[in-house]
Amino acid sequence: MTNLVTDTGVVFSRELRPVLRNPFSVVFSMVQPLIFLGLFAPLLPDELSLQWFVPGIVVMSCLFGTSMTGSNLLFEIQTGSHERMLVTPLRRPALLIGRALKEIVPVVVQAAVIVAICLPFGFELHLGGALLGLVILSVFCLGLGSLSYTLALAAKNQEWLFWTVQQTLLFPLLLLAGMLLPIEAGPGWLRALAQWNPLTYVVDAERALFNGDVWASTTVTGAIAAAVVGAGGLLVGTRAMQRST
Amino acid sequence: MIETHELTRHFKDVQAVRGINLTVAPGELVALLGPNGAGKSTTLRMLTTLIPPTSGTARVAGHDVVRGQREVRHRIGSIGQGNGAAHSQRGRDELISQGRAYGMKVADARRRAAELIDSLDLGEVADRTVSTLSGGQRRRLDIAMGLIHAPELLFLDEPSTGLDPQNRANLQRHIVELRERHGTTIVLTTHYLDEADAMAERVIVIDHGRIIADDTPARLKNEHVGDRIILGFEHETDAAAAASRVPHKSHRYGTELTITVPGAPRLVTGLLDDLRATGLSPADVEVKRATLDDVFLELTGRSLREGGAARPELVEV
Repeated sequence: MTNLVTDTGVVFSRELRPVLRNPFSVVFSMVQPLIFLGLFAPLLPDELSLQWFVPGIVVMSCLFGTSMTGSNLLFEIQTGSHERMLVTPLRRPALLIGRALKEIVPVVVQAAVIVAICLPFGFELHLGGALLGLVILSVFCLGLGSLSYTLALAAKNQEWLFWTVQQTLLFPLLLLAGMLLPIEAGPGWLRALAQWNPLTYVVDAERALFNGDVWASTTVTGAIAAAVVGAGGLLVGTRAMQRST
Repeated sequence: MIETHELTRHFKDVQAVRGINLTVAPGELVALLGPNGAGKSTTLRMLTTLIPPTSGTARVAGHDVVRGQREVRHRIGSIGQGNGAAHSQRGRDELISQGRAYGMKVADARRRAAELIDSLDLGEVADRTVSTLSGGQRRRLDIAMGLIHAPELLFLDEPSTGLDPQNRANLQRHIVELRERHGTTIVLTTHYLDEADAMAERVIVIDHGRIIADDTPARLKNEHVGDRIILGFEHETDAAAAASRVPHKSHRYGTELTITVPGAPRLVTGLLDDLRATGLSPADVEVKRATLDDVFLELTGRSLREGGAARPELVEV
């Protein structure tokens, strides 16, 4: 018999299959973070080390890839394969959760690629912290992916709407999280805005964890922020999928 | 297999489907025929559980489409207007995922996928990315996806739209074969008249969200239109004289006389001999078999073909 878990497994493995058939697609889709790594990192002032910058790029690659993932669903809505899946007995929540869970795979692979590239340039890997960091990031991704799918379900046949919203939100979220440059040096209003950005806490947690600082308070705040985004995203996304026709 | 009672669906202020009562017995091949926007697809979307009815009920494969949604989904296959297989996937992968979606074990899904790939002539393309397939190949793949769990009832929404005549014929052959081999009940929508005529034993004509006719194509044509003999005369007086001599229902339009009579091809020679005997020889003769378009024209005053062109005025005799 099927249940929500087996249904989610079916959707997850279906989503993952094209990635497994063509693993390099994961690397192709991380061009932007790699550009920032290659062309922005050398511009950093001396007091900001690679150790500070790399965790931000790991989060960035998650942000770029995962926020765009709704476009795959959007395309399937337009071609008809989403409708085909809606008529199967698959439980609606599984159609969302399975897809969102799959987002974790490229995020972990991309993090590994980024770290591997940076190791020869003096980046120091603290494996335990980094793994815990990836768990927190995965939870965040799950929520962000769900929100991206929600946006796709809302946009339906208006592709421009999806991309306008995604592009409009992407850079403010990224810059206000102190991903590229520290927020601490910014004016008060900007720091106040950053406080409301859940991504700020995730980035701070990743920085501490990738440095092996597991017991920092940022780990807890980062985990809470990721859990809030994860749970909120799944809730909103599942509702949107339930209503999808 | 299907039983609906006053099935109705409104979208905001549009009444897409207004009280459809429909019964389909197991093994039937039924075509829902009607112009774009008639309510065919909305009806199908309710029967396949995609949208709930605004009012009325429908039982499909033994279960209510609202309360027994999952049971209905398990028992039916549905092939929508679009492509069921995602363009980024391989055909065989999508078939196996589809089987898994219906709760099949991986090995069973794989075996069934191979079977369908074989019977729908997809062997050469099943392991290619769907985006590289031709329209006809994608449509056959869609059919295979709809059949993965060997449903007892199959819905097809505009199955051959966008295909060239050769691919359409090929697809129709597959659908007819499927029914002959497995006795699957099939409900399809189409706005191709020849398709409804050639495939279905029962045609349900839908217009403005209502069923306006429901019968075999042959009976629809005989009852609503009949065959016609069209005689062209030199003079209107001849045409009028012929009209009064002919023992069948006829219309005169200028010098043209249209006689409506079942079995026109058999009767035409006798009719002509009879007219010649009285010195009324038509200049030209045409025998027209009724088409479903004529039926639609007769029922609604609009043609299905030209997007609803009004029929020319006839002079009653």
